[in-house]
Amino acid sequence: MNRPRRPRGVLLAAVLGAVAMALTACSEPHAAAPAAPPASASSTPSLSGTITVDAAASLNTVFPALASAFEAAHPGTTVRFSFGGSSALAAQIVAGAPVDVFAAASTTTMATVTKAKLTAAAPVTIARNALEIAVPPANPGRITGLKDFGTASKTIVVCDKQVPCGAAAQQVFALAKVSAKPDSYEPDVTSVLTKVETGDADAGLVYRTDVLAAGARVLGIPFAEASRAITAYPIAPLSASQNAPLATAFTDYVVQHGAADLAAAGFLPPR
Amino acid sequence: MIAPAVVAGVLLAGPLVALLVRAPWDRLGALLAGPAVLPALGLSFGTALASTVLCIVLGVPLAAVLAGSDGWPRVVTRVARAVVATPLVLPPVVGGIALLLLLSRTGLLGRPLFAAFGITIPFTTAAVVVAQTFVGLPFLVLSVEGALRGVDARFAVAAATLGASPWATFVRVTLPLAAPGLAAGAVLSFARALGEFGATITFAGSLPGVTETLPVAAYIALTNDPGSAIAIAVVLVVVALAVLLALRERWLTGLRA
Repeated sequence: MNRPRRPRGVLLAAVLGAVAMALTACSEPHAAAPAAPPASASSTPSLSGTITVDAAASLNTVFPALASAFEAAHPGTTVRFSFGGSSALAAQIVAGAPVDVFAAASTTTMATVTKAKLTAAAPVTIARNALEIAVPPANPGRITGLKDFGTASKTIVVCDKQVPCGAAAQQVFALAKVSAKPDSYEPDVTSVLTKVETGDADAGLVYRTDVLAAGARVLGIPFAEASRAITAYPIAPLSASQNAPLATAFTDYVVQHGAADLAAAGFLPPR
Repeated sequence: MIAPAVVAGVLLAGPLVALLVRAPWDRLGALLAGPAVLPALGLSFGTALASTVLCIVLGVPLAAVLAGSDGWPRVVTRVARAVVATPLVLPPVVGGIALLLLLSRTGLLGRPLFAAFGITIPFTTAAVVVAQTFVGLPFLVLSVEGALRGVDARFAVAAATLGASPWATFVRVTLPLAAPGLAAGAVLSFARALGEFGATITFAGSLPGVTETLPVAAYIALTNDPGSAIAIAVVLVVVALAVLLALRERWLTGLRA
């Protein structure tokens, strides 16, 4: 910014950009997909190409590992992921996002996609998960159980009611007759975990798989009501897929070969 | 020339037109007064006003210092300007992460603050105001600095020769002459604060009535209650357009002065 004239233009551009950002505080990450031709019956047994898998945030350690194994078994294929809150992902899929496979953290979220007739096959449950309390390793809030979530003086974060982990949280609060006083409703489970990991929250409600994945960064506190608010993880290939054989193949791979990895990550068997 | 210009026009205006076309106009009033939007509406305007005041209180002195920085080594002014302008080009989420690292309970400044006074900033309305001030401040500082530099220095000299103190000269002579720039900067920082999303959800969290501002509420509502999300979007678009129309071209001149 040493020259007297040019920076003005640069500055103006920057200002305009910032104004634009302010105007569009929210943006869809995906563009709308063009109408896909009906998936042709897989006449070619050899798989190739790239698919996009939208998956619940809690699957973000297991799925990439499964995808690597899948890609190794089928050279020339690439599996990309978009992890997020299941409800947000479902909303994007219903809005026409170009996604090939969807794995949700609840059957109700998957139902919004099946109801819109966007699944190419019936969803299959691959795993189940239970909630667990996560606290920073030193447990600065001295959290002992669910009842602490009703204490206003503790900094508590949970998922928003609109995402599966938040719906499950409301369920366990009701079961434990705790009137929860959260300090924040986060858009997905990863955000809850992060706030606990950084020590900003005294406690958060996450899945037991998240506690396991976080290792020493958080301490998990199991509670009895968790076993009565189990969430299921259904997966289904989507009808909008431009690469139906690959979408189906990856879905089948996860269903048939995913059990060991899912169990190792702390997921419960599908039933 | 024409074709790309038309594409640019469609790109800029198209999304806004789509939003206005798809807006649930018949239910708009009910949605805005509903439980999903009303607390966010009050919170957003309150925090945006508070952060604008904070921007003025903190930004005008900074702008005055920068406007008088001609005698400094060039590298210092350059770095100072770059630091001031950074939030303009920084992704807001990154701003939120940076604010967390500074002010969270385990942060650089937040840890001693918590240890000494038991103060935690994240998850409070104050955190929303801090995030909004962070992103809005550059608008005010750059606009006011430009305006101050455009003020004829002879007025200040005349005031000084008539016995006015430097403070009185600044407050009663220079600053009033720079008022259009100050007004433009304040309105722009207000608009930016009102639209702030990334830094807010990262740093302040999301709790209705406390930290859930309009953009955050719109983002969360979009999954299950798109009607409310669109209603909020309409409010934000209308406010943004009103701001720019009210300023006419003055927000440009404020920066150019």
